[in-house]
Amino acid sequence: MSRHTGPAIELRGTSKVFRTPSGGLHTAVRDLDLTVGRGEFVAVVGPTGCGKSTTLTLVSGLEEPTEGDVLVAGEPVRGIGSKVGFVFQQDAVFPWRSVLSNVMAGPRFRGVPKAEAKERAREWLARVGLSSFEDRYPHQLSGGQRKRVALAATFVNDPEILLMDEPFSALDVQTRALMSDELLELWSGTGASVVFVTHDLEESIALADKVVVMTAGPATVKEVFEIDLPRPRKVESVRLDPRFIEIYREIWASLGEEVRITRERGASHA
Amino acid sequence: MPEATAAATPVKQGIGKHGIGKEGPTDRTTARARAARKRAILVQSTRALVLVAVLGLWEWSARTSVIDPFNFSMPSKVWDQLKEWILHGTAQGPLWEQVWATLQEALIGWAIGVAAGVVLGIGLGRARFLADVFGPYIKVLNALPRIVLAPIFLIWFGLGPASKVASAVVLVFFPVFFNAFQGAREVDRNLVANSRILGASNRQVTLQVVIPAATSWIFTSLHVSFGFALIGAIVGEYIGATKGIGLLVATSQSTFNAAGVYAAMVILAVVALLAEGLLTFLERRLFRWKPAQPGADG
Repeated sequence: MSRHTGPAIELRGTSKVFRTPSGGLHTAVRDLDLTVGRGEFVAVVGPTGCGKSTTLTLVSGLEEPTEGDVLVAGEPVRGIGSKVGFVFQQDAVFPWRSVLSNVMAGPRFRGVPKAEAKERAREWLARVGLSSFEDRYPHQLSGGQRKRVALAATFVNDPEILLMDEPFSALDVQTRALMSDELLELWSGTGASVVFVTHDLEESIALADKVVVMTAGPATVKEVFEIDLPRPRKVESVRLDPRFIEIYREIWASLGEEVRITRERGASHA
Repeated sequence: MPEATAAATPVKQGIGKHGIGKEGPTDRTTARARAARKRAILVQSTRALVLVAVLGLWEWSARTSVIDPFNFSMPSKVWDQLKEWILHGTAQGPLWEQVWATLQEALIGWAIGVAAGVVLGIGLGRARFLADVFGPYIKVLNALPRIVLAPIFLIWFGLGPASKVASAVVLVFFPVFFNAFQGAREVDRNLVANSRILGASNRQVTLQVVIPAATSWIFTSLHVSFGFALIGAIVGEYIGATKGIGLLVATSQSTFNAAGVYAAMVILAVVALLAEGLLTFLERRLFRWKPAQPGADG
């Protein structure tokens, strides 16, 4: 893999402090250093509620860091960049727009003429296998189909940076595996750099070039693992690879401890 | 796997016993359909019966002087009054002119009130600063019983339709405003974040995300507020006018014509129901993207 043109995303000593409704301060991310190379697929795993998602909102420009720097393509992030795509955990499709119109939304917002936006949207709908559904409304689709709409709506903007916040966690297990394969296929043609946040270790190993393990909140990077499984991968079969199981055991040794800490904290609060 | 086989077995059996397996469910379906039809008929006929009973009791007690027929009138007199107004017109001109005058005032007031309510509601819902500045004033105005403004409007705008429109506007504005405001505030944050990531400007977020998301909130208030517009127009006319159903009520009252007051009420009810039906129709057209609501009656 060639990534010598400088990293796509860089976080340097980044912290994010939120003010809680009760007036206290909550540190979501503390002193975070993270580098994502160009075209690299990085998965971020950590215990639930540790601040993984906050990392994504910082990179996207939806939130500003309290301390430290966030760089995208060498430039500090100021507001929402045009190179970024974001797939949310919950459905973020527009319920009042048809499938086609949902996928057209991004290009239309960016001032692409209607005919061209329609053409590009149709192309991506074909790629996610929803061509015959373009006139439907989101409520008429299954959860997996809505996720495909969200993927098409994100990819149609040609993002250089793809941020994904537990995008498949609301789907059932079979659909999730299918969507992971589709994601890898869609991504392979784009050369986009991906940050994929999940709490599912298997998913992260199957998808990523690099797995970043976060500590229990406030989140900071604990360890980084290179995943040397060959591509192209199929999620269902790579899972049975002996090397996969080896990597899984290795990372779990690191992640398991943080999960235990989070769990004990929860128990002491209760 | 075991679940799949378990589910498959009874289906196979059903196919095996051709005749019986087929008859059972269809019988039950027709029986259920019949029961549903029966119930619908029962509901309708009971409804009619209630109406007949109430009107009958009213008529009977007025005729037998259990209640004073002069003060309370009776359904047959109300009917005669309605017939006379329809056929020979009212003391202040033909009936349709009165209905149209009231409807016009209510519609204009409603349109202005809705437009102002939606624009200001969405605007304040989107602009934190303005909401913080104007919030308390709007609360104070809302706490005021605004119908007392009707006499003032009469002084300001005179006997013509303008004073009625004004009182309709102040009644309509607030519920629409608060719903639009709430709707703009409660737009799914993910949806807004997503559209901003996709490249929407602030203006685009307002026009293409916040407004569509708030429409169901706004529509809820439209139903209530048309009723308010009618109230505004009627009260305005009642206080002082040259035309309209409110004037009809006022003149009937001043001539001790109780039947006239009731007849005007019947006319108002019909107008309000028609307007409500029109709104529901528009709403259905506009909300095709929404899943059908379970339990919404056809």
